[in-house]
Amino acid sequence: MRVKQISVFLENKAGRLADVTAILAGSAVNIRTLSLADTSDFGVLRLIVDHTEKAEEALRQNGFTVRMTDVVAVEVKDQPGGLHAILELLRKAGINVEYMYAFVQQSGNNAIMIFRFDRTDGAIRLLQNNGIPVIDGRTISAL
Amino acid sequence: MIYDIEYETLPREALEAIQLRRLRSTLERVYATVPFYRRRFDQEKVKPSDVATLQDLAKIPFTTKQDLRDNYPYGMFAVPMDNVVRIHSSSGTTGQPTVVGYTARDIDTWAALMARSLCAGGATRRDIIHNAYGYGLFTGGLGVHYGAEKLGASVIPVSGGNTKRQVMIMKDFGPTILTATPSYALQLAEVAEEIGVSFKDLKFRFGIFGAEPWSENMRTEIEAKLNLTAVDIYGLSEVMGPGVACECHEAKKGAHIFEDHFIPEIIDPKTAEILPYGAEGELVFTSITKEAFPVIRYRTRDITSLNAEPCICGRTHVRMNKVSGRTDDMLIIRGVNLFPSQIESVLMEVDGVEPHYQLVVEREGNLDVLTVMVEVNERLFSDRVRQLQELEKKLTQNIKDYFGVSAQVKLVEPKAIVRSEGKAVRVIDNRKK
Repeated sequence: MRVKQISVFLENKAGRLADVTAILAGSAVNIRTLSLADTSDFGVLRLIVDHTEKAEEALRQNGFTVRMTDVVAVEVKDQPGGLHAILELLRKAGINVEYMYAFVQQSGNNAIMIFRFDRTDGAIRLLQNNGIPVIDGRTISAL
Repeated sequence: MIYDIEYETLPREALEAIQLRRLRSTLERVYATVPFYRRRFDQEKVKPSDVATLQDLAKIPFTTKQDLRDNYPYGMFAVPMDNVVRIHSSSGTTGQPTVVGYTARDIDTWAALMARSLCAGGATRRDIIHNAYGYGLFTGGLGVHYGAEKLGASVIPVSGGNTKRQVMIMKDFGPTILTATPSYALQLAEVAEEIGVSFKDLKFRFGIFGAEPWSENMRTEIEAKLNLTAVDIYGLSEVMGPGVACECHEAKKGAHIFEDHFIPEIIDPKTAEILPYGAEGELVFTSITKEAFPVIRYRTRDITSLNAEPCICGRTHVRMNKVSGRTDDMLIIRGVNLFPSQIESVLMEVDGVEPHYQLVVEREGNLDVLTVMVEVNERLFSDRVRQLQELEKKLTQNIKDYFGVSAQVKLVEPKAIVRSEGKAVRVIDNRKK
């Protein structure tokens, strides 16, 4: 039930992000969603794409430092308290959210959030046991 | 194996007798043929005949890099150009280049000393040597090349650059000895990994690395990544080129200086006072067999110490410890003396950090600001920003703890640090304006 995320190390300088998108475009890789975390001198770009391995290889060949991480795609009810219910559940179980960001598309009427947990398997089990839909990587890539 | 068993294992007394004889004849010759030396000796009121013992060498004035530059290009040559068969030149990375020349006999001597070096580093005539030192004006490529042939080994004159092709050659030709700068050796490892070639499947036994200072930690890393035994070779074009000194693979603890050809001294770089064995200072060389380009008490600007303890390999020649820095590479940051190699050791104490770094010094107001750029490889990288920031913090803290200097550690992308001619540029000092 895990989703593969590609992280890329970027120096904070003009055009670096465009270099990444150019490589992905050149390899016919479609970005499903992304998030960029930055500090004063570097950034970490996190990507979920349709062809993960192809993207990973193309970036690496172009000299980028790349890392694959497992994240979890969770359906969140698109209504007040939807996200809160999930975070509350995690808090009670003592599972830490390292970071999260939104998926661009919806699944039916629900929003999709991408989570990076400190305990990925524990989190997946907890969510599923509580009837919260977790979307697998293949489905996410095909959305 | 010892290439020249007679000369390399001479008892001290016999060695010193040879040194004195050769030194005196060299001094007589430079006094007669090189106007620079005659002028300098006359100024100091010293005659070659005043040197009656090896200790008397202290009476002779030093020669500096600036002296060589002032006599650019051929002013320091001690033979007519008719007798010069080869010309090399330093890279000029730290200023005007210097030019050196060799007679046919010099080339022969150099080849023999390089053969000694390769042999000390584990090579035999059965080996195939992948020589990735640059061929050209730089002495590295041709120096190793002639030595390899002298030894009777097979040499692949691959030179520097075109790294992917080099990896294919290493795979297909099956070389057993690698000769390169240590930073280029690591680049070969990186590229091999990228294209899916493992050094475990290659046939390398020994690597003989030099032409830039490198730390013990870097040796450990090279040995692990390239699956070979790494030894340090020392030389500089002004004195001859590679093969002035080389480590033996048996001890791997300092390079034996071929004392029947070069007399080493260690001096205090500030006062020029001669220091005893074991004390760290600037290395000074006098060549005692060279014909075309003899150097007298040449200040190398390399910082090291000499070790006269007997060596397990059987060679009696004194060893020089790893060069810890250069007098002109030494950074003074807010009054603290720092060599890039010291920073390197501290960086590499953190698991996963590779020796791809660069020190940038700026002056903001009256304050020196040191930035240490460290390339982020896949072992260090994390999708969590916090972890990367913690790494920066840890490296900063370690530098502060060791040297008492606040540095700003900045993570940069791989290959962000320029590698010129296989030599990494370690220091950018923007204070000198």
